[in-house]
Amino acid sequence: MGPLAAIGAGLAVIGAGLGIGKIGGSAMEGIARQPEASSKIQTAMIIAAALIEGVALFAVVVSLLVASN
Amino acid sequence: MATSANLFAGAKSAEQGDKKEFDAVEVIMHHIADAHEFHILDYVDSAGVEHPVSLPLPVILFTDNGPTSFMSSSFHHNDDGSLVFTKDGEHFVKYHGKIFKLKPGHHSLKFDNEGKPDNVEIPLDFSITKNVFSMFLSLIIILSIFISVGRTYRKGNVVPKGLASFMEPLVLFVRDDIAVPNIGKKADKFLPYLLTVFFFIWINNLIGLVPFFPGSANLTGNISFTVTLALITFLITNFNGNKDYWKHIFATPGVPVWLAPIMIPVEIMGILAKPIALLIRLFANITAGHIIILSLISLIFIFKSVAIAPVSVGFVLFMNVLELLVAAIQAYIFTLLSALFIGMAVEEHEHH
Repeated sequence: MGPLAAIGAGLAVIGAGLGIGKIGGSAMEGIARQPEASSKIQTAMIIAAALIEGVALFAVVVSLLVASN
Repeated sequence: MATSANLFAGAKSAEQGDKKEFDAVEVIMHHIADAHEFHILDYVDSAGVEHPVSLPLPVILFTDNGPTSFMSSSFHHNDDGSLVFTKDGEHFVKYHGKIFKLKPGHHSLKFDNEGKPDNVEIPLDFSITKNVFSMFLSLIIILSIFISVGRTYRKGNVVPKGLASFMEPLVLFVRDDIAVPNIGKKADKFLPYLLTVFFFIWINNLIGLVPFFPGSANLTGNISFTVTLALITFLITNFNGNKDYWKHIFATPGVPVWLAPIMIPVEIMGILAKPIALLIRLFANITAGHIIILSLISLIFIFKSVAIAPVSVGFVLFMNVLELLVAAIQAYIFTLLSALFIGMAVEEHEHH
């Protein structure tokens, strides 16, 4: 099951990468338009990125469990 | 640089023993897991015999006959269950890092068909393990920092001096950027918990990144540790939940009554999913960081070449600096989300 688990982890990373990339890009646009709101945008960006990362890490933990059994 | 002495030790034994190949997965998993002794290094004497050097830690077990304790050095680094340690008529063996008690009447470990220990009982294990040792170390560090900082203010200094001038911006950051924006007026009530959890996670993350002896334990990457912290957040959130919080769960305003059979289970799942996401995030982030750094160092031993070392060390240095950032970010995220959940529970809603 090792190789399959690795593919699963890779797929999870693709999803998380797309998601966090989208958040980062939008936050950049927002900051460029309204530099005075940058600290609020940063906080919101980090919260959203952490939530996406959480879901991706669920997948990674599952892959790790499959690979180690 | 980031790797622990355990890794070098394991790699050396595989290289010089020539009996078995270097197994990166085994070395990494051994580092990630908790242990009953704190492995410092291995050295090979002139005769080519290797001696593991580790700090023995106390083993505290509750068996059917009550509590018993002994040092983990009683097993003399034996980990395959072949050495039986007897105390007060009870026989103990250590197999793959876990301590088992042999069933009465048995004097050696037997395995069943699947290769698992067969004739054993599992005692309740309250040992001071590697992770617990690391946690005590962080407690000493945190207490010494904050007692000395507290003393600075007690002397009547309005302007912080020394260590206090370093800690004050961090404490103010947690108060003004995490607690107050998310909780609001009641922030002061929850600030002690948020400050504790922030500094506890951050300092433990940093201790885990120290590559040699007193550091290197994977404490914040241990699921029991993160479960406990998330459970505390869960309890604080729900015990402080006001009328509006519970009303939004059991009778969401503006939702028809016939939807209740769907809405209530979903809302209850929502309560549980928050702390679970919180604990998985911290656990997986820190574990993943340790695994990546160890994998990069393992490349040297997998390719059995010094030529790969500069590349490997360069990547490890990069990852380790990134992990310094992650250590702070994860402490921040955990505190921020705790504050957010608490804030959602204590918030006074305007009535719709």
